[in-house]
Amino acid sequence: MAKFEEGLRYSESHEYVRVEGEYGYIGISDYAQHALGNVVYVDMPEVDDEVTAGEEFGAVESVKAASDLISPVSGTVVEVNEALEDTPELLNEDAFANWIIKVQLSDPAELESLMDKAAYEAFCAE
Amino acid sequence: MNRTLYGNLIFELSKKGRKGYSLPQDYDRTHTTAELPEALRRKEAARLPECDELTVVRHYTNLSHNNFGVNDGFYPLGSCTMKYNPVINEEIAGLKAFAGLHPLQPAVTCQGALEVYYNLQESLAELAGLSEFTLNPCAGAHGELTGLMVIRAYHESRGDVRTKVLIPDSAHGTNPASAAVCGLEVVEVKSLADGTVDVEHLRQLLSEMGSEVAAMMMTNPNTLGIFEPRVLEITKMIHEAGGLMYYDGANLNALLGECRPGDMGFDVMHINLHKTFSTPHGGGGPGSGPVGVRKGLEQFLPMPRVVEAPTDSCTGESYVVDWGKSFEGKRGEELSVGNFFGNFGVMLKAYAYILSLGREHIKEVGPLATLNANYIKERLRDSYLLPIKGLCKHEVVFDGLVDKSTGVTTMDVAKRLLDYGYHAPTIYFPLLFHESLMIEPTENESKETIDAFIDVMHKIAEEAKTDPELVKTAPHNTPIGRVDDVLAAKQPVTTYWKTIAES
Repeated sequence: MAKFEEGLRYSESHEYVRVEGEYGYIGISDYAQHALGNVVYVDMPEVDDEVTAGEEFGAVESVKAASDLISPVSGTVVEVNEALEDTPELLNEDAFANWIIKVQLSDPAELESLMDKAAYEAFCAE
Repeated sequence: MNRTLYGNLIFELSKKGRKGYSLPQDYDRTHTTAELPEALRRKEAARLPECDELTVVRHYTNLSHNNFGVNDGFYPLGSCTMKYNPVINEEIAGLKAFAGLHPLQPAVTCQGALEVYYNLQESLAELAGLSEFTLNPCAGAHGELTGLMVIRAYHESRGDVRTKVLIPDSAHGTNPASAAVCGLEVVEVKSLADGTVDVEHLRQLLSEMGSEVAAMMMTNPNTLGIFEPRVLEITKMIHEAGGLMYYDGANLNALLGECRPGDMGFDVMHINLHKTFSTPHGGGGPGSGPVGVRKGLEQFLPMPRVVEAPTDSCTGESYVVDWGKSFEGKRGEELSVGNFFGNFGVMLKAYAYILSLGREHIKEVGPLATLNANYIKERLRDSYLLPIKGLCKHEVVFDGLVDKSTGVTTMDVAKRLLDYGYHAPTIYFPLLFHESLMIEPTENESKETIDAFIDVMHKIAEEAKTDPELVKTAPHNTPIGRVDDVLAAKQPVTTYWKTIAES
């Protein structure tokens, strides 16, 4: 079933953030891609857009449903994963390797309120 | 029928020069294309298929055999109330005196039609426990938008700026969509584990933003088929914060004749005549989404409206059309939400349904629909996972198979049902569960039909264990097998374009 990766921070709406220095790579968890089923479209923001923790920054559409993407952290988008525009199924193949946006974090303290692997795994098992 | 031959597209059946008609040579003598401006004239002939009449008839008859409607078999599509459309409805709506009406003909010449229109407004108001209805909106979502516009107009008339609409996370997707189209901001209210509204979360939201809340939209029973036990408390809280309560009538069938949204404290609602009142929908449409309001909100309803007037001693006129000549500086047409009166043919069918059942029997609709859903729930819970125990209303939601070890999903079960001649239930909605399978039998089905469906559902659960591949590759007996829904969503081919062979 779903895989969980060590070293990431997870939100209750099933996004993860991988922190590298002052940047965070945001994507959806493997559990989320399982629940969504075959992804057919990813709606992403543009570079220089601001994202806010707890607010929507895009959407993932699968054959089952369309689901908002909620940002786990606040910051400025510095890169979007353009490969997802034509091959959104990459999220199904490996959700952790295929991040959606890269943001420059404006408030690293927000990371504290997110879950670690163990806590997120327990959250999903509920 | 020979599907290989007649199942082709009509363009593929075309043979150059073949004709299904013959007209006099001078049939177009009175008008020629020369009268048209150059820019509007065709440069080449339209690429129409050329077929003889018999081929055309066989082609379309073949297509009609691929159809599946309530008249073909059990259609338990959750949240859609695919109830039987009684034949008498069609007969009434097809009467020449109704079918030949024009929306602009003088009211004095169509008093009977206006009487039906007026009586339906009144009947719906009584069944809903509200003051007045407009029949103008043409579908459920159109009704939602109209209802929200009424709410916005109400707040504006009091000089009260309210921009937020509270919507439970279990709501139909149309609710947030309608609110957004109406220029309002959606705020999600969480659900509890049993699927009902989290009243404590609602309380918290109201303490944070109560003075900005224009309305809360609710479906009751909710999309899980569960009656909201704290609905009275919820409507009271919203009213105390100065907001209005909107009732999404999608699931009204469960309550029909048993209890009324107006009595629960709802201020505005829409009804889907094409669900609760037995008129065709889906491919059979069109729909109709009347909107009702409680006392004090009538002046915000759209125009035109049909009202009762003292009988004119000369003409015998008793019903007049109020086009709303002016209201707060707006002209009549600005107060309309569509064209003229809405879908009148649908209203005739709904009114025929109400009169056919009568005051006494309409009370049995909700209870029988509820009984059927609960019977299915209890008999299937050994094979299908029941996430919410206890009584449901008119529909039941399962979370896939109990035994998921072979990897057979809800999608596979739904596809396999087609092999057995059933329309699939609603799947992957509501979103609260990952493998939702939502069954709504309606009140019309006999015990024999429901038992046969239950047997097939058990059989599929058994097949999922003994021969999972059979289920995963279903359907096998339908004209078209398993379609690639990923490709269909990513690269939909919506037009046919191919040069017709010159043969």
